[in-house]
Amino acid sequence: MGYSEIITMLKLGGMVLNVEKKIERLTLVLRLEGELDMHTASTLRQTIDSEIEKRGIRTVILNLQDVRFVDSSGLGVILGRYKKLLPLGGKLKITNVPPHIYKIMELSGLPKIISFYTDEAHAYEEGRGA
Amino acid sequence: MKSNQISLTFSSIAENVSIARLLIASVGGQLDLSLNDIEELKVAVSEAVSNAIIHGYQNIPNNIVYLDLDITNNTLTIVVKDEGCGISNVEQAMQPAYSTDPERMGLGFVFMQSFMDELQVKSALEEGTIVTMKKHFKQTPISSH
Repeated sequence: MGYSEIITMLKLGGMVLNVEKKIERLTLVLRLEGELDMHTASTLRQTIDSEIEKRGIRTVILNLQDVRFVDSSGLGVILGRYKKLLPLGGKLKITNVPPHIYKIMELSGLPKIISFYTDEAHAYEEGRGA
Repeated sequence: MKSNQISLTFSSIAENVSIARLLIASVGGQLDLSLNDIEELKVAVSEAVSNAIIHGYQNIPNNIVYLDLDITNNTLTIVVKDEGCGISNVEQAMQPAYSTDPERMGLGFVFMQSFMDELQVKSALEEGTIVTMKKHFKQTPISSH
């Protein structure tokens, strides 16, 4: 694809949440698999924050296709990263949300604040060359 | 429906929240609840147990969280108890978007309320908090075999 790609598998919280990490320039793509609760959310927060601080990441794309569970702790960490990126001129985008996960996100009001995309390609496309 | 009681006591560590969810998912499966209902029960239990660990025990690990399940007369009762710091104003704590921590959404009680048929919170400062949640379910049809 003509760009350098770093793929790392992180095991967070004793196999409860797996994170596949890909970085392209200033965009961090995280593919999450598993459960996002108070335990795994805090490790996810550290992962994203360290990329923002060390690498100057400005766009974070969260692919939630294989997320099987989320509660308010998980949603809080997603909203917290959005709030962290905003004053830096950055963006947080969410893709591939399974229907039962979307239901709880909708109840929280998150889709009114954060942009959702059907897949990673659409999330990349939006805002590019603007 | 046979009545049933299950109790689980566990240390106030984040790793145990998923164990509490596993238990409620298994019980929901036994009661023949829909997958959607089971998902909702998992969220409600996750919120109550997370609150006990984060707020009740202020993330201090060597405390005990009590999870009691009771199934009687087509009602599943879930009690989550901590002996932590307690909530000074329960009514305020149950308001949507109320949170003592900006990283959190203040939605724990909102989810519990949305997903359960009844929710009751009893709390006393320096004594602890008891969250009681009830879900009514339909009688399982009598097996034909």
